[in-house]
Amino acid sequence: MSTRLAKGGRLVNRGRKVQFSFNGKNLSGFEGDTLASALLANDQMMVGRSFKYHRPRGVVAAGAEEPNGLVNLGEGNQLEPNQRVTTTELFDGLSCTSQNHWPSLEFDIGAVNTYLSRFLPAGFYYKMFMYPRAFWKHVYEPFIRQSAGLGRAPDAHARDQDTYEYFHIHADVLVIGGGVAGLQAALTAGRAGLRVVLMEQTAAWGGRAVVDGGTIAGKPAQDFVDAAISELQGMPNVHLRLRCMGAGVYDHGYVLGYERVNDHAPKQAGPRHRLWKVRTAQVISATGAIERPLSFAGNDIPGVMLAGAVRDYVVNFGVSIGDRTVVVTNNDDAYRTAIVLKEQGLSVPAIIDARASGGGALADQARALGIRVENGRAIAKVKGGRRVTGVAICAQAGEGAVLEEIACDAVAMSGGWSPVVHLWSHCGGKLVWDAPKAMFRPNPDAPPTGADGQGFVICAGAANGAFDLAEVMRDAAQAGAQAARAAGASNASDAAPEADSVVEAPLEPVWLMPQGANIKLRMKSWLDFQNDVKVADVQLAAREGFESVEHAKRYTTLGMATDQGKLSNINGLAILSDALGQPIPQTGTTTFRPPYTPISMGAIAGEARGKIFQPIRRTPMHAWHEAQGAYFEPVGQWRRPYCYPRSGETHGQAVSREIRQVRNSVGMLDASTLGKLVVKGPDAGRFLDMMYTNMMSNLAVGKCRYGLMCSENGFLMDDGVVARIDEDTWLCHTTTGGADRIHAHMEDWLQCEWWDWNVYVTNVTEQLAQIAVVGPNARKVLEKLGGMDVSKEALPFMQWADGQLDGIAVRIYRISFSGELSYEIAVDAGQGQALWDKLQAAGAEFGVMPYGTEALHVLRAEKGFIMIGDETDGTVIPQDLNLHWAISKKKTDFLGKRAQERSHMADPNRWRLVGLETLDGSVLPDGAYAVADGHNANGQRNMQGRVTSTYYSPTLDRGIAMGLVLHGPERMGEVIDFPGTDGKVYKARIVDPVFFDKDGEKQNV
Amino acid sequence: MSNALSALQGAKFDGLVKVADAGLQGMITLRGDFADAKLQAAVKEATGHDLPQQRAMALQGDTGVAWMSPDELLLLVPYAEAHACVAGLRAALAGTHHMVENVSDARAFIALSGADGLVREVLAKVVPVDMDPQHMPEGQMRRTKLAQVAAAIWMQAPGEARVVCFRSVGTYAYDVLCTVAAPNSGVGFYAS
Repeated sequence: MSTRLAKGGRLVNRGRKVQFSFNGKNLSGFEGDTLASALLANDQMMVGRSFKYHRPRGVVAAGAEEPNGLVNLGEGNQLEPNQRVTTTELFDGLSCTSQNHWPSLEFDIGAVNTYLSRFLPAGFYYKMFMYPRAFWKHVYEPFIRQSAGLGRAPDAHARDQDTYEYFHIHADVLVIGGGVAGLQAALTAGRAGLRVVLMEQTAAWGGRAVVDGGTIAGKPAQDFVDAAISELQGMPNVHLRLRCMGAGVYDHGYVLGYERVNDHAPKQAGPRHRLWKVRTAQVISATGAIERPLSFAGNDIPGVMLAGAVRDYVVNFGVSIGDRTVVVTNNDDAYRTAIVLKEQGLSVPAIIDARASGGGALADQARALGIRVENGRAIAKVKGGRRVTGVAICAQAGEGAVLEEIACDAVAMSGGWSPVVHLWSHCGGKLVWDAPKAMFRPNPDAPPTGADGQGFVICAGAANGAFDLAEVMRDAAQAGAQAARAAGASNASDAAPEADSVVEAPLEPVWLMPQGANIKLRMKSWLDFQNDVKVADVQLAAREGFESVEHAKRYTTLGMATDQGKLSNINGLAILSDALGQPIPQTGTTTFRPPYTPISMGAIAGEARGKIFQPIRRTPMHAWHEAQGAYFEPVGQWRRPYCYPRSGETHGQAVSREIRQVRNSVGMLDASTLGKLVVKGPDAGRFLDMMYTNMMSNLAVGKCRYGLMCSENGFLMDDGVVARIDEDTWLCHTTTGGADRIHAHMEDWLQCEWWDWNVYVTNVTEQLAQIAVVGPNARKVLEKLGGMDVSKEALPFMQWADGQLDGIAVRIYRISFSGELSYEIAVDAGQGQALWDKLQAAGAEFGVMPYGTEALHVLRAEKGFIMIGDETDGTVIPQDLNLHWAISKKKTDFLGKRAQERSHMADPNRWRLVGLETLDGSVLPDGAYAVADGHNANGQRNMQGRVTSTYYSPTLDRGIAMGLVLHGPERMGEVIDFPGTDGKVYKARIVDPVFFDKDGEKQNV
Repeated sequence: MSNALSALQGAKFDGLVKVADAGLQGMITLRGDFADAKLQAAVKEATGHDLPQQRAMALQGDTGVAWMSPDELLLLVPYAEAHACVAGLRAALAGTHHMVENVSDARAFIALSGADGLVREVLAKVVPVDMDPQHMPEGQMRRTKLAQVAAAIWMQAPGEARVVCFRSVGTYAYDVLCTVAAPNSGVGFYAS
């Protein structure tokens, strides 16, 4: 059984107990424990069930690579599934539950799957769920949803109570990994005077070296670590950050760091996670290495653990996995575990070394301590169910015939180490297969490159394939100096402190144990613990023709779980290579993608939640609209009043009331959101003639003209009224959504195509509030305020004038989008509310009321005015809308002219704009299609038109609509059918799109 | 002019640093040829400053000039004088290709104040700008992105920063800054 040792544990504070619970059971650990070490200290060997076969699973590692120890952490609003016990620091009150079992961890129904495993082979999903087709939706998918998944999703009503944020910094050298290599690299770059940031994902500096032993500069590794931290802390140009993982490396030296600010102290105020967005000249990846499991039968039984992890738990946390630990290895490093255990007074019944020739100096040391060492041996199978009870030993060279059984409670396995090359690979760094060490390591000649074609990531220490301590220190100093020079320092020194060198016997690649293991053993030899992929599955995939490692991965799901195959990938592709009969480098690796380990959704969202989830644009009168109880609709990022419902009114009733008020007396619209672009310069007229389909250069100063803007492909993209301000200045109104887009469109043409034209454009949309005063009494309202002549003679339709209204400087445009007498008044935004208030007061005697966007839409539709986005959808040209009158025939060119001459654009069969009136006066469904006789090649009804705008018109007390109809304008009076989605067929008559005041008498008074 | 309202109408917040409406500030967009002596003289006349170098600004009280692009400047003048200043500049630049527009009301103007390191940290949470004092000293302005909107920022004095953004998103920018200036959210990156 696993337990806390009487002493030891460099990271725990035995003076402070910490209470926590697991599956409702109250347990205690020490400050400094991880959840994994605390569970193990309480003999909680089994922490979950596997994904597919629901096999009992225990902690197998001690760090970020852990595949099994995933729990539901917290409750309610705090619940998070799939939290890794090895990287979760223990805190008072921590509460967690195990995953993927029912009804309980100890007794689980799904475990029956393990007996069905021969019916659940690789690619089972693909084979099983393809047929019959209809089963997918009603049988298979619900079944998979029920049985799949590890953790429990939070309840739908749960809301994360924590806050999150970003932090942007720039650095010369970013060092990721706070082991001795990272510390040395940071020292080297820091001493050169550069801006250095050092990130370490755990809560402690020093990494493996302090566990593995050895001396640096004649002193224990811990002394070096302490001295390095103290020196780095003294450098103002160096910043150190614990609990901050290098999550991803991206182009241009952009790196994401994931800081878990208070996961270890959830009651502490402040953000929970902080996402660091780093721009750095150079990245040093000192991310260490991950130990590989060995593939033998029963290697997933709780109590089988990586040898390095067994050592970590003893040295760092004072926790032993068992009293009797069998070590099984193909390399010398695992002997360190045996030695550490023995020195702690624990029993090591045997070291099973798969190498016939055995180990080197460390093996001699182990023997000297009295440990039995068996060379050329292997584990045939692990005995036990929910925990290890013993191992059966066989010859590595054979097929698994058992030579003897050894009783034990734990197995420490080591298949060698793989450098953590993830950060190197994220942005394209290439790998090379190092055959003697049986590992992929970074290829220094093919680093990820920046904009200058030079590498910007350097690996240091174990991440670079250097495992010997002396080599690690030399490599790290070199990496630090190389990065410093690349970042512009001239004085970087390669000097590295001397360190111990231990001569180790070479590792022997062992991908399967024993090498001739029969199918029964292979079906119990796990590669991917989290996704339940075994040696036999990968071999089956190879037999079924999956040659690409990427395909085999997806077919078998190897490496596709939340741990992304940190333990399984190399072993899996070695098995695949063997099955395909090709060398490992030819098979290659799957793609390493960020983030290194999963990061929280909260960190990705940062501060953007609740009221600042997205920017909301507010006009100067927004608060007034809110106070009136306006019902808002989003228009781009603006919120515009849709209508202003009064008490007891439906939105429809409010809209009708607002329309009647405008038609009969006077209403007010907040038109501030409309785009306003000032275009000025000697070439401005010529430029606008290119931008608009009609002439703008000949517009007289003081006048306004409606204009259409097309893309170079001829499609209508925006419209609005243009005013000539002076000899070389025009003001172009755009649609609300078009302001920024049309500004960018103009700048694009000015900067990229007509860079020699003298034109400046400024977007003054937000400088001005714009208020439309609309209706037969509009003039009277303005006259009441006084200050300027707004008579028909002084300010006729389609003209503008500067002046003052009751002391406020304004520019008034006589333009109308409603067909009524209408003044659009532009005023400095800071005085928008003041003018609005004055107009409200002045209009009171006429019952003035604000109207919203829906009334605006209906008013324009009654007049047959088009709306960009309703009558247009990016495929409509002005000719479709019968706007030929707004397309200049005199101009030699404008954007879209040539495109509109193409055969398809000039096709008389293009659908064209008409008005539509239902025979019974009802409102046509929006977007409905008009059907024609016959069927098309797909068996669908032929179409002859569609509705683009449809409303109830309170003015006419009937439904009105506009639509695009085949040969529409030639078919006036014809009745066509619009089947609705409600099963009804709406019959509508084709009519003129101008439903109201066809002669325009009302606006021109 | 007495009834002119600033976008944030005096809002203020006290957290890690103080976030507050910086009130009405005259702002003028000037576009033209920087090499033109007439333009240089007009800027000097209007603000008392020479043309700034790339990314730089010169500021004295509420009067100054900031570099926006190779052909655009932002002139800062007292709010009440903005319209008159626009007229003066237009007259001075008559006959040359130029553009002068009053944009005082198009903007929200926000002040951050507190310990210098914390002011820099609060900004660094929402702008991808190098806020290191050596790289972002006084006398520099950055046009950048603040959370999800366009903004310009500068250090006015040690522990005093200014943020300019469009008026319509003033409330958003203010809310964002208050959120990331929550008490106990210091990063400990910049010395205070």
